[in-house]
Amino acid sequence: MRKVARHRLFWPVTALIILMVINTIARPRFASITVQDDRLYGALIDILRQSAPLMLVSLGMTVVIATRGIDLSVGAVMAVSGAVALTIIDNSADANSTTTVLVAVTVAVLASLILGVWNGFLVSVLGIQPIIATLVLMLAGRGVALLITDGFITTVNSRPFAFISTGYLLLLPFAFFIWVAAVAVVALIERRTALGVLTEAVGINPEASRLAGVRFRSIIWGGYAATGLLSGIAGIIYASNIRAADANAAGQFIELYAILAVVLGGTSLMGGKFSIAGTVVGVLIIQTLESSILFLGVPPAQSPVFFALVVVVVVVIQSPALHRFVRRLGGPGRSRRISDPDVEVGATP
Amino acid sequence: MPADSQAPPIVEMRGITIRFPGVLALDDVDFFLRPGEVHSLMGENGAGKSTLIKALTGVYPVDGGSIEATGSSRVFHSTFDAEAAGISTVYQEINLCSNLSVGENVMLGHEPRKVGRIDWKAVHRTAAEHLAGLGISIDTRSLLSNHSIAIQQLVAISRAMVLDAKVLVLDEPTSSLDRGEVDQLFAVIRELRDKGAAILFVSHFLDQVYEISDRITVLRNGKLVGEYPVGDLPRDDLVTKMIGHRLDDLVAISSTAAREIDRTVMPVLRAQDVGRRGVLEPADIDVFDGEIVGIAGLLGSGRTELVRLLYGADRADTGQIEVDGTPSKMTSPRHAIERGIAFSSEDRRAEGIVSDLTVADNIVLGMQARKGLRKIRRSTRESIVSEYLAALDVRPRDPDMVAGNLSGGNQQKVLLARWLATAPELLILDEPTRGIDIGTKADLQRKVAELSEQGLSVIFISSELEEVLRLAQRVVVMRDRKCIGELDSQKSDLEGLIDFIASEGEGSAA
Repeated sequence: MRKVARHRLFWPVTALIILMVINTIARPRFASITVQDDRLYGALIDILRQSAPLMLVSLGMTVVIATRGIDLSVGAVMAVSGAVALTIIDNSADANSTTTVLVAVTVAVLASLILGVWNGFLVSVLGIQPIIATLVLMLAGRGVALLITDGFITTVNSRPFAFISTGYLLLLPFAFFIWVAAVAVVALIERRTALGVLTEAVGINPEASRLAGVRFRSIIWGGYAATGLLSGIAGIIYASNIRAADANAAGQFIELYAILAVVLGGTSLMGGKFSIAGTVVGVLIIQTLESSILFLGVPPAQSPVFFALVVVVVVVIQSPALHRFVRRLGGPGRSRRISDPDVEVGATP
Repeated sequence: MPADSQAPPIVEMRGITIRFPGVLALDDVDFFLRPGEVHSLMGENGAGKSTLIKALTGVYPVDGGSIEATGSSRVFHSTFDAEAAGISTVYQEINLCSNLSVGENVMLGHEPRKVGRIDWKAVHRTAAEHLAGLGISIDTRSLLSNHSIAIQQLVAISRAMVLDAKVLVLDEPTSSLDRGEVDQLFAVIRELRDKGAAILFVSHFLDQVYEISDRITVLRNGKLVGEYPVGDLPRDDLVTKMIGHRLDDLVAISSTAAREIDRTVMPVLRAQDVGRRGVLEPADIDVFDGEIVGIAGLLGSGRTELVRLLYGADRADTGQIEVDGTPSKMTSPRHAIERGIAFSSEDRRAEGIVSDLTVADNIVLGMQARKGLRKIRRSTRESIVSEYLAALDVRPRDPDMVAGNLSGGNQQKVLLARWLATAPELLILDEPTRGIDIGTKADLQRKVAELSEQGLSVIFISSELEEVLRLAQRVVVMRDRKCIGELDSQKSDLEGLIDFIASEGEGSAA
């Protein structure tokens, strides 16, 4: 039991479960799942479907944060991606053609990849501070998106495009499969190859990594490129959901939610050690919370306050200082030192 | 001037016991510090010196025993408590804010105020006074990071003096200072002692310990060996007490320096006119197969700068480098590593150890970086890691331990393992023995000598000239950012080397 409690995912998972339990107690319908027309329905399924954009963005953010960076431009990249895709579909002869949609999605995602590469170039080659480098695109990106859509909100009626966000496959939402696949790919690349540990090395000590011969530039660059790509896919899902490219609303504040998800998942903003599973849990916490606001009928005017309060509680639950305090109340124990990172065993350097 | 041993102690630590997971770091240790004395704490790596200091200053809670300091029994919960009680500490690794100015660092947390806001003029004036007390005059408004490690160390010490401490703890304060700076520091220490301050001094330099101390306490493996007035403890006895047996290892190593090197063949590394404007004047250096080339010179003489250019850590703007006879551009560490060159930096913490990764990850980092993204097979990795942990006697021998938790000497061994695992032809070691104890030092030196006998070429930089003479067949001497000559270590002794470094006018580097 102690071992479980010390696992780094213990607190995020606990917070998620508590949130779900509260919802279920308030309205038991929360936990119910029904089958209708070969589809599963229920609040939990909605959470899985709706978390797709934030999940994709947060995945990229995790990797970037692990390199000691940050990417503020993810929302703007989503807007560009949606604008590119919808403009192509809108200008095509047949909006319902699957080929058209595939071309549109491919071009939009490639465009996002290029934006990610641009961010990576600014950070890794020119050495601009990540927050500044990505701020450029955060501000400029929506302008680009507006330029692409001529300043209008482009809307389309395309069944294949709508499928991306609202379609179902094997009882479950298609968007859910997209994020599961993305999580699996990123996790495999990071942990099955040495990329994960090299990324952590760069994040923990960039200079030592450079001197050890680690391709630190490529690793940092790759992180931003991947985030661009993932944000592009997120932008497609968002646009598909509303069947429109809204350059101003697409991915608004999503960079902040993504950072929150990464931190809730236990990855430090200082870079270094990161946890993809933690980020997944972090996103699910945020999405569950968003759903709770609707589900519990919190009035719209008070929903930001409600959201803020819950986030504060969740963050406090996870704080190491609180854990130490609680453990001290539980009697004098030695356990606290085990988690203390400052301890030098057999010290005297 | 030995302290009056009748004076009541200002610090009394009795029966101090501290446990870390799996390790008894301190076992029932008594330690007394009296006003008006300089008291050295001696012991090997892992003997518990730093742990004892951290218990005193409130960094670690104690599991057993009592601490009485400045007249009352107390438990410090933080360094702030300790400082408030008049105990000030200067740690071995510099703990300052490098992005603040010198003056801000000296006065941090104690800024003079005027009508509620910080009086910057007074801050810098007071800081300058304190620095002047140490004999340094630098612009207090300059950025700390622009100064050498030596100056930063002195800034840390003057910071402790600002607090007007009754007890001053100096943990390896001299490890990055040159002789002149050490003299300056010692003058200040003596002055403070004569004013009645109690000074706890930790250093690996035996000469300095004997020069400054009134009393010595020896620890070994977390246990107290004893407390001795300095006059009653000859050096040999001290070393024997520290390591538990007599040390003849260093004598055996010295045969390495006498080894004949074939210098008629192609050198492993030939550098000509390698330099960088404002950093190093063009220098030549050859290293042959199986040879250990020492680089001697004061801190700031250009030793580190030279090897960083050879390794590509910084780019040279003049000169050519040949590796095995092939001209090579050294534009990044990766190039150097591909050509079989490895470089272990003098700054272990900032440029060596990746502190949050495990010991095993740190050891294979160089190999892994060279291999790219394909993971090293687990079996290969495990055998390499356990081989080096055993060969270099890393303690504790735990591959899954977080590397940042190892003591300095053991971190150094892990770094050595990292580079040896890449199977280099030429190994550049910049101050590998700085701040580590005599036993570990001997281990490292023996290993380097052994490897060079098997054909590894080594460039060895150390501030300890005896060490350079003992290991190297040839010594390159540097001063004021240029090479000033070469010595055959067999035809020269310590005096000769010091004379060479100091020749041609005043040898004022740093």
